[in-house]
Amino acid sequence: MSEFKSNNAVIKWIEYRMPIFSFLDDAIGRGYPTPRNLNYWWNFGSLAGVALVIMIATGIVLAMQYTPHATMAFDSIERIMRDVNYGWLLRYVHSNGGSFFFLVVYIHIFRGLYYGSYKEPRELLWILGVVILLLMMATAFMGYVLPWGQMSFWAATVITNLFSAIPVFGDQIVTWLWGGFSVANPTLNRFFSLHYLLPFVIVGVVVLHIWALHRFGSNNPIGIDAKGPQDKIPFHPYYTIKDAFGFGVFFIAFAAVIFYAPNLFGEPDNYVEANPLATPAHIVPEWYFLPYYAILRAIPNKLLGVVAMFGSILIYFVLPWIDRSPVRSARFRPIYKQFFWIFVADCVLLGYVGANPPEGQFLLIGRLATAYYFLHFVIVFLLSYLERPRPLPSSISEPVLKGGGAAAGAAAKPMEKV
Amino acid sequence: MADSASPGHSGDGETRRDFLFLAAGALGVVGTVAAVWPLIDSMNPAADVRALSSTELDLSPVEVGQRITVTWRGKPIYVDHRPQKEIDAARSVNIDELRDPQADEDRVQKAEWLIVIGICTHLGCLPKGQKVGDPRGEWGGWFCPCHGSHYDTSGRIRKGPAPLNLHVPPYEYLDDTLVRIG
Repeated sequence: MSEFKSNNAVIKWIEYRMPIFSFLDDAIGRGYPTPRNLNYWWNFGSLAGVALVIMIATGIVLAMQYTPHATMAFDSIERIMRDVNYGWLLRYVHSNGGSFFFLVVYIHIFRGLYYGSYKEPRELLWILGVVILLLMMATAFMGYVLPWGQMSFWAATVITNLFSAIPVFGDQIVTWLWGGFSVANPTLNRFFSLHYLLPFVIVGVVVLHIWALHRFGSNNPIGIDAKGPQDKIPFHPYYTIKDAFGFGVFFIAFAAVIFYAPNLFGEPDNYVEANPLATPAHIVPEWYFLPYYAILRAIPNKLLGVVAMFGSILIYFVLPWIDRSPVRSARFRPIYKQFFWIFVADCVLLGYVGANPPEGQFLLIGRLATAYYFLHFVIVFLLSYLERPRPLPSSISEPVLKGGGAAAGAAAKPMEKV
Repeated sequence: MADSASPGHSGDGETRRDFLFLAAGALGVVGTVAAVWPLIDSMNPAADVRALSSTELDLSPVEVGQRITVTWRGKPIYVDHRPQKEIDAARSVNIDELRDPQADEDRVQKAEWLIVIGICTHLGCLPKGQKVGDPRGEWGGWFCPCHGSHYDTSGRIRKGPAPLNLHVPPYEYLDDTLVRIG
């Protein structure tokens, strides 16, 4: 498959001994044929990669200035903000970078849900993505603890206490997580160690994710397999330039927050140093955890609440086998498409509920939204059998060439089953 | 569609595409450098470190013949209250014979007070000679134990691998006995 050629003597010398240039060419170059009809929702994978690189780059230099000790961590963060050259910028890039990373990844996931990217033969690709999400969540949580402000401390306390719900061994496990009998310096030390480690584990899983991706290539908005070379274009220059354009748009939004609203996603309470003797009146996690937090609080049973919260993510591992419809793209699934958007709205609603205190109407709404969250997967399962998909076009290039949009190929080949 | 992408107008389309390619590439390089610079500059001394960049020193308790060490920016500063014999030794040397030619008069502000950075110019060890009983080398100044550099009573390199004299820090006399280093 490699048609890589170069006239450069140095490149040829290296290529002969270690074929890295043809490897890159096959991965992100002219040698990687990609569906010709990818839309802008396909930009978010490369954007997530950029966000990961930004987080690691800024994180490494921040770690050079940060002190992971309970009595010095908070002050070392203030020193970064006031004394370290560009420290304010690096910290704001890193803290807001987390939010943007999650934003990009959530859009990436919803894109996969809409276009059926998790379906055969991309189940493993999808599962690796869920693993990355879980690693991101652990990394983000432990990073949030490091400034050792009030929100950091009480987030650490609440989240580690989730494990106390485990029957029989819960308390021992929590003591083990803490390295003591409460969240304290040993906890901070190990969180710092793991916060530095896990991003590189993420890099490793991302490599696997991309490896699995390249086995069959990207899914596409129509969701049918490419029928031949006419359905594909080289990744470079077509998608390198499209991804680069996406980077530019991303950086504009990112810079706007960093320079004009750097504490938009933050909590003022985290500028108060950790106090083990006083819980803030209203503690909330970062926005990207709010829906899970709402699910946790919706269930009036400690163990079941924790199970539901973790289950809300773990269920994605089996989604490829819940959704049995052979049609990938929601473009050809008129009913699934509507339930998809209801599900998106439900996730946003859960986030809204998670940001509010668990009382009165919010408690009721939270419970209904949680119930619907899981009901959605039952609906998806049933739709596999009940929904009648619209006819698929016979090829990727057909609707493009006819210029009539998705419906153009309707008559050509109805109901293609994979 | 084909028309707009075609480089049909010989040269014209080619140069415009080349120009756009180079301009976009150049802007990308500038943007990358601008983005990477804060990462690099954050490793330079921070404001709190820079704020500690001067040290004040009272010379009045230092006896003739006594050597003391103070720190400035985390480095040892050797202060030598030189007896007349050491001053004479330092000033009687033929400067042209020195590896790093420098007159003693150019290395001190007051003849009896030699103030130098006590770091060997070879590879950064601290030369011996500050304490009573330390080896002072063949010229009675300082002797570096790591690789055997000998410094004279003006802190000048006389023998051994070091290329330069002990550096003189920037300093000024605030009054007769008060010195501010840095």
